[in-house]
Amino acid sequence: MSALQKMMGWIDDRFPLTATYKAHLSEYYAPKNFNFWYFFGSLALLVLVLQIVTGIFLTMNYKPDAELAFASVEYIMRDVDWGWLIRYMHSTGASMFFVVVYLHMFRGLMYGSYRKPRELIWIFGVLIYLALMAEAFLGYLLPWGQMSYWGAQVIVNLFAAVPFIGEDLSIWIRGDFVIGDATLNRFFAFHVIALPLVLIALVAVHLVALHEVGSNNPDGIEIKKHKDPETHIPLDGIPFHPYYTVKDIVGVIVFLMVFSAIVFFAPEMGGYFLEANNFVPADPLKTPQHIAPLWYFTPFYAILRAVPPLFGSQFPGVVAMGMSIVVMFFLPWLDRGKVKSIRYRGPIYKIMLALFIVSFVGLGYLGLLPSTPVATLVAQVFSVIYFLFFLLMPWYTSIDKTKPEPERVTG
Amino acid sequence: MGQEAGGQKVDTNKRKFLIAATSAVGAVAAAGVAIPLVLSMQPSARAKAAGAPVEVDISKVEPGMLLTVEWRGKPVWILNRTKEMLDKLPTLNGILADPNSEMPQQPDYCQNATRSIKPELLVAVGICTHLGCSPTEKLKLGGDSGMGADWPGGFFCPCHGSKFDLAARVFKGVPAPTNLVIPPHQYLSDAKLLIGVDAKGA
Repeated sequence: MSALQKMMGWIDDRFPLTATYKAHLSEYYAPKNFNFWYFFGSLALLVLVLQIVTGIFLTMNYKPDAELAFASVEYIMRDVDWGWLIRYMHSTGASMFFVVVYLHMFRGLMYGSYRKPRELIWIFGVLIYLALMAEAFLGYLLPWGQMSYWGAQVIVNLFAAVPFIGEDLSIWIRGDFVIGDATLNRFFAFHVIALPLVLIALVAVHLVALHEVGSNNPDGIEIKKHKDPETHIPLDGIPFHPYYTVKDIVGVIVFLMVFSAIVFFAPEMGGYFLEANNFVPADPLKTPQHIAPLWYFTPFYAILRAVPPLFGSQFPGVVAMGMSIVVMFFLPWLDRGKVKSIRYRGPIYKIMLALFIVSFVGLGYLGLLPSTPVATLVAQVFSVIYFLFFLLMPWYTSIDKTKPEPERVTG
Repeated sequence: MGQEAGGQKVDTNKRKFLIAATSAVGAVAAAGVAIPLVLSMQPSARAKAAGAPVEVDISKVEPGMLLTVEWRGKPVWILNRTKEMLDKLPTLNGILADPNSEMPQQPDYCQNATRSIKPELLVAVGICTHLGCSPTEKLKLGGDSGMGADWPGGFFCPCHGSKFDLAARVFKGVPAPTNLVIPPHQYLSDAKLLIGVDAKGA
């Protein structure tokens, strides 16, 4: 027995290192027919690590104080060695996080990855998405620019629209009667401690649940139905390591090429990743001429704006925006289709999914624009389609003409 | 109900009761610890004290001029309205959501046609009642403000397109549900305005 084996034996008697390695990597059998769309889970994990690491180094020079915050960010950009790189990695990482998460979620929609027995994986995933939105929103206040300030003002005021308790609730969130130093300080605390812990915990349970039931695949069939009678290994499964670790490295390299191109050549991404108005320090007395949230929030922002005030209250719009995310939790039970994957779905589901994607992207585009009567009308149409995709799903998935699923994965 | 253990009968009901009681007490303790944490997020004594009244010299606010001052961290507008502006106000009732200021968005002494103590001087919190942006001044009538030919002069919120007239009253069919807030205020003299407190006896 070699010294290394001896050491592993010593550890395994005290900690399940080898067993964990086998269960989650070398003997975790994933379907052999993963395609392009399966890169984005591991890429999301990569971006999470990038954000945590760059975030730690940003906190070393950032000052969460309304008097100092804006200048400390400029200090990071100009005076701290490589500070500009760390900050641009962090700001680009935020947007790229949403890019990969949206593609990851779209994959789930296409291949029915939320269906039984993966309901909890989906629910944990939606919770991760929610936590990620909260994390992004909190972080956006920290540079203390005009967009930081007025964006936070608008979002915190959404809570003030809640009947009866709204005003007190929004004061409690701000810790002051307006967005101020107290707000900045607590958003910093939530952004760097509370939500990262929540995110990491949710990612952990997302993965534990995934590895318990096994991954779905583009055919939407269960590889565990056909196991080798001797070894009990799924016939269509391959060990995650080395097969998918190697595949994912390819994805990582391509992703990092895109990521680096943005960081080095277009960190502001034409105002989509870093908005121009945020290079002006926060001024509580003057709202910028046009404020729009960052692109990853705009679909929900457009839904908010599409709902007119009712009974002298803007609460209905806030409810509609909240429901547009809450409805995602029910997806596993709304889908009554006989098959999981879009490959074997009928035409109705394909049309509905296409309409949904058009509406979501359309809402995202409209959310970037100033509101005009025409834009509001189009946003209302898209909002209705958005909700109908979910609410009519029990009906249209059950009458849809599906194709028979194959017994084994098709490659 | 019960099970044998070591030859003795175990009363599982008692165990369940003890588990429930222990959990309940533990939950109360956890809630008790949470209270100070939650309350620590309320505005601090310093933040509450910062809401002091603001005294403004208004002697230099010419007719047609808008002065913005800060009160409790919010912009407060002081607009000296011209006769032309004031004459326009009563003609707008048809396009306003709350022309008579019935919603409690102002002190009683400002629930009048001009929403002010002195007819010409409007004092209003420049925070949109929709989602808290600060509307932009579009004081000029008609096309000069870039608001279209029939614009009666007023304020336009860039965030979501809410419109208000020169008495800070909200237009119909815009996102903002109510008129802008008129803060408590009083005139100490012709040239001195105090924002933040009502006049005594008012």
